[in-house]
Amino acid sequence: MNIHYDARLDGELPSRDKAEVLNRLQQDVPGLTLLHREEDLHPFECDGLAAYRVMPMLVALPETLDQVVALLEGCRELGVPVVTRGAGTGLSGGALPLEQGVLLVMSRFSRILEVDPDARIARVQPGVRNLAISEAAAPFGLYYAPDPSSQIACSIGGNVAENAGGVHCLKYGLTVHNVLRVEIITLAGERMTLGSEALDAPGFDLLALFNGSEGMLGVVTEITVKLLPKPETTKVLMASFDDVGKAGRAVGDIIAAGIIPGGLEMMDNLAIRAAEDFIHAGYPVEAEAILLCELDGVEADVDDDCERVRGVLEAAGATGIQQARDEAERARFWAGRKNAFPAVGRMSPDYYCMDGTIPRRELPRVLEGIRELSEAYGLKVANVFHAGDGNMHPLILFDANREGELEQAEALGGKILELCVEAGGSITGEHGVGREKINQMCAQFGSRELTTFHAVKAAFDPDGLLNPGKNIPTLARCAEFGAMHVHGGELPHPELPRF
Amino acid sequence: MATTTSPQDRDIREALGERIRQANAEGTPLRIVGGDTKAFYGRKVQGRRGEQAEALSTREHQGITGYDPVELIVSVRAGTPLTTLEAALAENGQMLPFEPPHFGADATVGGMVASGLSGPRRPWAGAVRDFVLGARVITHGGDEQRFGGEVIKNVAGYDLSRLMVGAQGSLGLLTEVTLKVLPRPSASHGLRLEMTLDEARRRLAEWGRRPLPLSAATWQDGALHLRLEGGPGSVAATRERLGGEDLDAGYWEALREQRLPLFAGEDDRPLWRLSLPQRARLEVDGLDESAMLHDWAGAQRFLRSDLSAATLRAACTAAGGHATCLTPGAAEPFTPLPEALAKYHRRLKAELDPKGIFNPGRLYAEH
Repeated sequence: MNIHYDARLDGELPSRDKAEVLNRLQQDVPGLTLLHREEDLHPFECDGLAAYRVMPMLVALPETLDQVVALLEGCRELGVPVVTRGAGTGLSGGALPLEQGVLLVMSRFSRILEVDPDARIARVQPGVRNLAISEAAAPFGLYYAPDPSSQIACSIGGNVAENAGGVHCLKYGLTVHNVLRVEIITLAGERMTLGSEALDAPGFDLLALFNGSEGMLGVVTEITVKLLPKPETTKVLMASFDDVGKAGRAVGDIIAAGIIPGGLEMMDNLAIRAAEDFIHAGYPVEAEAILLCELDGVEADVDDDCERVRGVLEAAGATGIQQARDEAERARFWAGRKNAFPAVGRMSPDYYCMDGTIPRRELPRVLEGIRELSEAYGLKVANVFHAGDGNMHPLILFDANREGELEQAEALGGKILELCVEAGGSITGEHGVGREKINQMCAQFGSRELTTFHAVKAAFDPDGLLNPGKNIPTLARCAEFGAMHVHGGELPHPELPRF
Repeated sequence: MATTTSPQDRDIREALGERIRQANAEGTPLRIVGGDTKAFYGRKVQGRRGEQAEALSTREHQGITGYDPVELIVSVRAGTPLTTLEAALAENGQMLPFEPPHFGADATVGGMVASGLSGPRRPWAGAVRDFVLGARVITHGGDEQRFGGEVIKNVAGYDLSRLMVGAQGSLGLLTEVTLKVLPRPSASHGLRLEMTLDEARRRLAEWGRRPLPLSAATWQDGALHLRLEGGPGSVAATRERLGGEDLDAGYWEALREQRLPLFAGEDDRPLWRLSLPQRARLEVDGLDESAMLHDWAGAQRFLRSDLSAATLRAACTAAGGHATCLTPGAAEPFTPLPEALAKYHRRLKAELDPKGIFNPGRLYAEH
């Protein structure tokens, strides 16, 4: 089912005359950069979900908070939807523009306002790149923990909007665990502080609610993050397996031994071959699966844990175990994993990255299910997996120039996500719902939960003008989605009228 | 998923849902009660026309519905005694890393989540909300809804499970929660080091920038109390390096349960909890910082004081924090919210509880 904004399913959007909106905003918001010519708008047509492109009506690039306030007030009075965008690296289309909407680009808010090494915090503007925070903290021996693969380019504002993760989530958490405070502006132009530099704040935990809310409740204008001391030492073990199931069980055995690795990653044969061909990381290309297990902390503990993990891996039937001998080898082991997506990209004209989570014990069954789906759709799937926390990234290989293959890849992706939900998991571990997974939300949640989500949205944005159509599907969309997915004669949303 | 069953296990969500549906139809305010151990924390729930609000007990809704130690995830019904959950985790060498206070033998898991209170390990491990992965909530319509999930990473939909933490039951009735758990550290050791408050502050700031195996730090009465936790190697090495005397292991539980002399003594001035940036200094006439108990490496401070709520709160707000009165009967135990924030609290409450049946007045008079 198509994910393009469909007024019939997603709700009518107000349609304003572009010249009138431009005129009004130019008058109301002094000094605001407003792009309106087609050639200027082109670069903003899509985010990281590049298969979907929509030309926004206008692009606004504010530089001051007063401009953001005035812009939001103006849009609210005009009834024009606002889609907020950071660096535009999001993979789920959370910043996909609307034809009738203003795209609010926060990239000019790119200053690191403060790094306080004694308080171990950094106060930054939303357009600051994720990696730039760790770079600014490095001279003090500190870093910002969440490290999405796009960390060189993605902005912290976007990280908050999507509650971004990374390879170290099991031990260090997602964005929500590492943000102490955000400053926001509501659609009505009010400024609010959520959270605190103290460890809690009075009232409801709106900070948690805003993390991952995809710009639908307010606009984040400043973020205070927690910094952590760099671990004293970091070691990596790489284990090969002749069977994916054995590798999956080894992951559980490590955790059952009471060890929480800093990173615990798994790749299947297709992903191993792709990465090795691209990076020459020294991966065993004959292996059916490899595990990368990173242990970090105080030296004495890390050494002990390395020995214990080695024992666990041997007992789990690893066919080979290598410990990175030095920092260069450790970086090389990780380079293969961190470049797995572009590596797979070299094997195929296009690839589509999925982001489902499952309870780890379901891994063998879900991998088997993916293999069957891959055969049924005639498209190859490489599997890269944040094994420690159950977050899978199946990469579907396809060629968009072949008639209908993008649609096939999307259909296969949708089936994989539904498989994750059936296994007790989720349709998104860290990339967000955005527009990409709007239909699969109907598989994850029932209409009652969706109604509650809409109520939360209404509390902050009664006009429904902040990023409409993202994250939470309408009941009408789910009714249509349900009509196409009848399971065993039972509709998932039987109480709804069908279109 | 493995489940632990006990003779107390019962699923009464149908009955709870029915009562809520009825209360919503009548507009009857409900006072949600688990073990009733944290009644002191917050305002009195407002009944109709000054009457006592009707109690709705979750106590019978008990049982661990799913626990797989290898997944590091446990799902548990709200009425389950906290001691039952902690015992089940301990059997598998695991724990609730945020060390929730009980404040009585009857404390329940639902109350733990609703109050959102965390113990001494909080600055290093995280708070209750950091370990909540999913929640089942009976909303005003009487239906049980499921938010979040039973996996460690999940960003689908708004994070309503974490929103429930600390909301004190004012947005809906929590019936079940799914929590992330962690292995217990293999070594733990308490130390007492005599030093001034200024010296403790200086050293804590310095240690905070290094990967030390710290899991609790409290200054009171001229001494810094530390808990070292981690692998045996790092704990032994750090203990040697820092020196000091050994601390009785019971100290941390007495602190967490508020049984130390500051809490339990004869001083009958109101008891306050100040939540502040770790290194914040309070400059208020009549306030002696060295008479306070500085927990969470300074981020949570307890004191007894006759100063007015307004004076204390102004000082805390200026320092970037807030102040909560823990002595029952305070007119406003929690720091009042700025106007814009209060407005969105009212709107959220009105959307999720339009008839005002869930613990009205518990957090603030107006919601």
